[in-house]
Amino acid sequence: MTTEQPALTSPPPEKLTSKRTRRQISAVATFLVTLFLTFLGLLAITFFIGRVIPIDPVLAVVGDRATQAQYDAAKIAMGLDQPLYMQFISYVGNVFTGNLGMSVSTGRAVAADLSRFFPATFEMATLGILIGVAIGVPLGVTAAARQGSWLDQAIRVVGLLGYSVPAFWLGLVGLAVFYARLRWVGGPGRLDIFYDGLVTPITGMILIDSLVQGEFDIFWNAVWHIVLPASVLGFFSLAYIARMTRSFMLDQLSQEFVTTARVKGVPERIVIWRHAFNPIRVPLITVIGLSYAGLLEGSVMIETVFSWPGIGNYLTTALLNADMNAVLGSTLVIGAVFIVINKVSDVLYRVLDPRAR
Amino acid sequence: MTTRDWLLADSPTSRWQANAGRAYRVFTALLRNPLSVLGGVIILALLLTALFAPWIAPFSPTGQNLSQRLLPPSGTNWMGTDELGRDIFSRVVWGSQITLTIVLLVALISAPLGLLIGAISGYFGGWVDRVLMGFTDIFLSLPKLILALAFVAALGPGINNAIIAIAITSWPAYARIARAETLTIRNAEYISAVQLAGGGPIRVIVQHILPLCTSSMIVRVTLDMAGVILTAAGLGFIGLGAQPPLPEWGAMISRGRTFILDQWWVATMPGFAIIIVSLGFCFLGDGLRDVLDPKSEGKS
Repeated sequence: MTTEQPALTSPPPEKLTSKRTRRQISAVATFLVTLFLTFLGLLAITFFIGRVIPIDPVLAVVGDRATQAQYDAAKIAMGLDQPLYMQFISYVGNVFTGNLGMSVSTGRAVAADLSRFFPATFEMATLGILIGVAIGVPLGVTAAARQGSWLDQAIRVVGLLGYSVPAFWLGLVGLAVFYARLRWVGGPGRLDIFYDGLVTPITGMILIDSLVQGEFDIFWNAVWHIVLPASVLGFFSLAYIARMTRSFMLDQLSQEFVTTARVKGVPERIVIWRHAFNPIRVPLITVIGLSYAGLLEGSVMIETVFSWPGIGNYLTTALLNADMNAVLGSTLVIGAVFIVINKVSDVLYRVLDPRAR
Repeated sequence: MTTRDWLLADSPTSRWQANAGRAYRVFTALLRNPLSVLGGVIILALLLTALFAPWIAPFSPTGQNLSQRLLPPSGTNWMGTDELGRDIFSRVVWGSQITLTIVLLVALISAPLGLLIGAISGYFGGWVDRVLMGFTDIFLSLPKLILALAFVAALGPGINNAIIAIAITSWPAYARIARAETLTIRNAEYISAVQLAGGGPIRVIVQHILPLCTSSMIVRVTLDMAGVILTAAGLGFIGLGAQPPLPEWGAMISRGRTFILDQWWVATMPGFAIIIVSLGFCFLGDGLRDVLDPKSEGKS
């Protein structure tokens, strides 16, 4: 409220532009502050999970046969003799300097592990969202254009299945049908075993690395392996995107300007794809952003099923080994990416939609 | 005067008659939508299966018979047998009890919690609102499944901890709804009347605000149940939910993973149970929303 007060004193006309810049700056500042607070919230939750819930974190490290002296030394080394808020501050400091602790199961730094596994997850989720958008948007538009037809009903069922089919189950059934029976796609993993380790990682995304190095055999093998997991992931975003597109389109098609265009004899194809579709592009960006963030989450299950060496697989392995540093590190990274995608699609909406400015 | 006339009376003579009449109207409106009838039938079937599991299941859910390992579906074993010779159909039937328990407990913990936080936030406004909603927004912008996984990892695997973890991650959506509803009724005249008559905040919130939030809450909880079932099954699949030999559906799918290429029925059958029950909640929730809360259609 305080930022609005100078406006009351009616600035001279030449100051108007600076007023607008100031408003933009304050909008950016608000955005950054919310982003920072949300991150802090995420950190508080992971801190709480890691330090407060376990009955005795020191005992978990030294084991129950340690002497009292060893126990006390470990407690001081872990900083657990400090008050809770000091522990939290040093935790935040560690995270911001990229120190997420050591993983018990891999014996490496969690941060290094995560940066090694992240590209595989990113590659699969990105392909998944591309599939979801490429199929989901046209499906949603068609369903709205032919409301009540059998196609509309079928798309409605697909949309509901997206909410009720377990991702890991669909992955398993996909493996049984398309890999074991039909041999259309590759099995679990990113490549066949004899191709493993032949591409030097540049980006860590095999599809890109193999193309850059001209290894087309490996590229096609990687495609053969990624198609099924990415399609399963894509199905879930497709279901959501198609459902939302349909509902946005129905809103537009009932508007008067659409009726006017039809009365004037504009071809139906142009009415649908220009008059009705153009206004929904902005809300669709938010929907796509949300579903992209959701895919990162969904990839945890899919990666477990397909033995895909990404963050999700790393997280589930760590969960079963009670490797808390690795669990919290992965939670932080997935959570942070999730928050950023969420907030950015929110901001994009405001930037692109003139009414929301 | 028939029962129907009594239920549909324009000027009910008692509070009980008014409530019964409203319930009757909702019920008949639901009957007009075939999908919500289907959803209701599925949920009813789930309830009955869970209640009468010992009589429905032909075999024991945990009894092993190694000479009957991995048999395909047949007349005696409708869904085949698993790697320990247990009848999968019997296990799916008993598993309905676990699913129902999880769903009920999550709803009973998270909905009242969210309702209370949202109503307090909306009623008092000011810094109370800002703090509570800031907290809610942070929880809302975090990935639910990952958070639930991390909570279970810290609390230790098991069905109770899975329920706690899912409930912790699902209250914020309810708090948002309850706050929005509270804001629209907070300044109503009948609320001022109660305040003038000396009603304190607790009385206003509990007796006059919470009852008005319940219908949109019921819709939202029913729609969310599919997600709760999927999360619980996911925790079971990873090995953090219900522990063996409990016949939890997600854990059963996880056991069948090894045999998916040759004995497909071990992993697929429990999956069908999950899909049918989740679809049932989706159908019923969609129908309830159309009847109770038609404004919110199209929003996710």
